Amino acid sequence: MRSLSTCFIAIRALRRNKLRSVLTGLGIIIGVAAVIAIVSIGNGAKAQVEAQVASLGQNVISILSGNYTSGGLRSGGGGAGTLSPEDAIAIAREIPDAIAVSPEVRDRAQILANGLNWNTSVIGEGTDYLLIRAWDLAKGAMFTEQDVRSVGKVCIVGQTVVDQLFPDGDAVGQTLRIRNIPFKILGVLKGKGYNLFGQDQDDVVVVPYTSSMKRVSKRTNLNSILVQASSPEKMDRVQQDITDLLTQRRSGREPDFTVRNQIELAQAATATANTMTLLLGIVAAVSLVVGGIGVMNIMLVSVTERTREIGIRLSIGAHDRDIRIQFLIEAMILSGLGGAIGVALGAGLSEGLAYLNGWNTSIPAWSVFAGLGGSALIGVIFGYFPASKASQLDPIEALRFE
Amino acid sequence: MQPVVQLEDIHRVYDTGEIKVHAVRGVTLTIQKGEFIAIMGSSGSGKSTLMNTLGCLDQPTSGRYLLDGIDVSGLGRNQRADIRNQKLGFVFQGFNLLSRTTALENVELPMLYSKNRLTARELRDRAMHALDIVGLAARHDHFPNQLSGGQQQRVAIARSLVNHPQVLLADEPTGNLDTRTSIEVLGVFQKLNDQGITIVMVTHELDIARFCKRNLVVRDGLVVRDEQVKDRSIAAIELDRHRDAETAAKLTGHVA
Ligand SMILES: Nc1ncnc2c1ncn2[C@@H]1O[C@H](COP(=O)(O)OP(=O)(O)O)[C@@H](O)[C@H]1O
Ligand SMILES: [Mg+2]
Repeated sequence: MRSLSTCFIAIRALRRNKLRSVLTGLGIIIGVAAVIAIVSIGNGAKAQVEAQVASLGQNVISILSGNYTSGGLRSGGGGAGTLSPEDAIAIAREIPDAIAVSPEVRDRAQILANGLNWNTSVIGEGTDYLLIRAWDLAKGAMFTEQDVRSVGKVCIVGQTVVDQLFPDGDAVGQTLRIRNIPFKILGVLKGKGYNLFGQDQDDVVVVPYTSSMKRVSKRTNLNSILVQASSPEKMDRVQQDITDLLTQRRSGREPDFTVRNQIELAQAATATANTMTLLLGIVAAVSLVVGGIGVMNIMLVSVTERTREIGIRLSIGAHDRDIRIQFLIEAMILSGLGGAIGVALGAGLSEGLAYLNGWNTSIPAWSVFAGLGGSALIGVIFGYFPASKASQLDPIEALRFE
Repeated sequence: MQPVVQLEDIHRVYDTGEIKVHAVRGVTLTIQKGEFIAIMGSSGSGKSTLMNTLGCLDQPTSGRYLLDGIDVSGLGRNQRADIRNQKLGFVFQGFNLLSRTTALENVELPMLYSKNRLTARELRDRAMHALDIVGLAARHDHFPNQLSGGQQQRVAIARSLVNHPQVLLADEPTGNLDTRTSIEVLGVFQKLNDQGITIVMVTHELDIARFCKRNLVVRDGLVVRDEQVKDRSIAAIELDRHRDAETAAKLTGHVA
C-alpha cells in the first residue's frame, strides 16, 4: 500500500509549515496539559484525604454528645447531652468487640511554660486514646489508669506545643501550667500534621479525662466517646450495640447522642475530592474539545490555502484517498504531538503546583494514555471533515485557484 | 503503428446553469508517437479544454478518447488519476511546484503516487536522473523561490518526465517566461522529443509554435488548421542568434 509514502508526504507537509503546525497543536497541548494536571492533582488530593482518614485511627467509632438528627433541631456537638464516663465504662464492659474505649472532653485553654504562653486545645482522654488514634509517642510515656483514677496533674503534648513553649529543649519531665494549674509532661507525641478540616492535630495537650473534668474544663459530661472496633467487619455490629446499650441506659428517653464511624467520614471526604476532580476534569475535557475544533478550523484554512497544492497532487496521480489520508494524518500528527507535549507540560505543571503548595500529586498511567490516545482520536474526528473536503476537489479548479 | 492519441468527435459543453458553453465542438485528432505538436488559437478558443481532455483531467461530454490504445473516456476519477500518473506528464504555465519543497522532492512527487513501490534510494536516483536531463542536478536541494522562472519550469519538466510518460502535455509552458528562457525551455523539449517523447504544447505565439513539428489551430472549439512545420526553428541556433542580438543591442546602447 501507499500509506507509508502518504505518511511521509504528511510529515513533509507539516515540516513545511512549522509555525502553523505549532499554533494548531497549541489548543491540544493546553487541553491535554489541563486534563493531566487536574487528574494528577485530584489523585493526589484523594491520596491525601485517604492518608488523613487513616490518621484518625483504625475502625474508629465516635459517640458524640447531642442528637444531630432529631426533628431538624441540632444541638451543637458536645453541648447539651448527658454522655458520661459511666457510659464509656459500660461500653467497654458490655461490648466485647469494642476493644478500646476513650472518654473525651474537649476544651481550649491558655497554657504557660518557660515564661511563654500559648492557646491550645486541651483534651481529656482515657489511656486507650493513643491506641485508638494509632498515634505513637516520640518521647516519654502515656499516662496510666492510675493517673486517671487519681485525677493526676499529668499530660502528654503535641509537637506544636513543644515548638511553642520549649523551643530549645526536651519537654519531657518539665511542667506546664494549664489555667495556672501545673501539669507534668510525661510524653511528647509524634507529629501527625493537619486533619481533614485543616486543623493542626499536633497543637494539643492530652490530659486524663478525669483531670479535665475536675480541674480544667470543670464539666460534668463528656463531649464524646471514642471506640475502636476489633475489625472493619465488626463496625456495624459494634455501632448497633452501642446505640442499643446507650438507649437502654437512658431507659426510653429521647436519645441525646449520635454514633458516627470513620468510614462515613472517609467516604464523605473522598466523595468531595472525587467530585472536584470530576468537575475540573470535565472543564479540562471541554477545553480539549475546543482544541479539537481549533485543529479542524486550522485544517480547513489549510485546505483552502493549499488548494493549489492539492490540485498539483491530484493532477500527477493522487487518489481521493491519498489526499484524505494525508490531511487526516496531518491532523493526527498535529494533535498527537500536541498531546505528547501536553502530557509533558501537564506533568510539569502538576509537579510545579505540588511543589509550590506542598500537595501530593501522582500522575496515573491511564491519564497519560488517555491524553495521547484522546488527542489522536480528536485529530481523526476533527480532521475528517477538512480531509474529505480536500479529497473531493476538482483538479482543474484546484489548479486554477489563486 | 498504433497512434498514441486518438480523439474521435470530442465535445465538451460546460453547463453553468443558465448558459451552456460549447468549448469543444467535435474534434477528431490522431497523434503518433514522437510527434511534437503546438496547439494555437486565440484566448477562449478551447485550447485548455482540449488539453484537459487529453490530460485526463476532464471528461468529454461526448466522443471517444483512446490513449495508447485504451479507451479512457469512460474511466472513473481514480482510474484517470492512475493514467495521469503512469502515462502522462504535465507542464503548466505557472510551473505549479510545491513551495518550500526542494526541487528533488518536487520531482519525486509523482513516484510517491505510483502503483509500484520504490525504495527511497530509487526515488532519489530517478529524480536526480530527471533533473540531470533538464540540466538542474546541481540545484536539486534548492527551493522554488531560489530558482529563476526558467529553472522552475525545467524542474516541472523533470517532474513530468520522472514516471516515463507516453505523452508530455504543456499548457502555455512559456507563457510566464521571457524570450530567451522560453527558447531554453523549448530546447529541453526538442531534446526530449529527439529522444522519442511525444509532446503536445499549447501556445498562442507563432514564434514558439515554430519550434514544434506540427501546428494545429483551434477556433471556437474546432481544429481549423493542421499542418507540418516546414522551416522549423532549432533552439540551439535561435539561442545563439538571440545572444548576438542582445550583445548588439548592448553595444549600440553604449555608443548612443
Ligand atoms: N469550468 C468552466 N466553466 C464554464 N466555462 C468554461 C470553463 N472552462 C472554460 N470555459 C469556457 O470555455 C471556453 C474555452 O475555454 P478555454 O479552453 O480555457 O480556452 P483557451 O485555453 O483557448 O483560452 C471559453 O469560452 C471559456 O469561458
Ligand atoms: Mg488556456
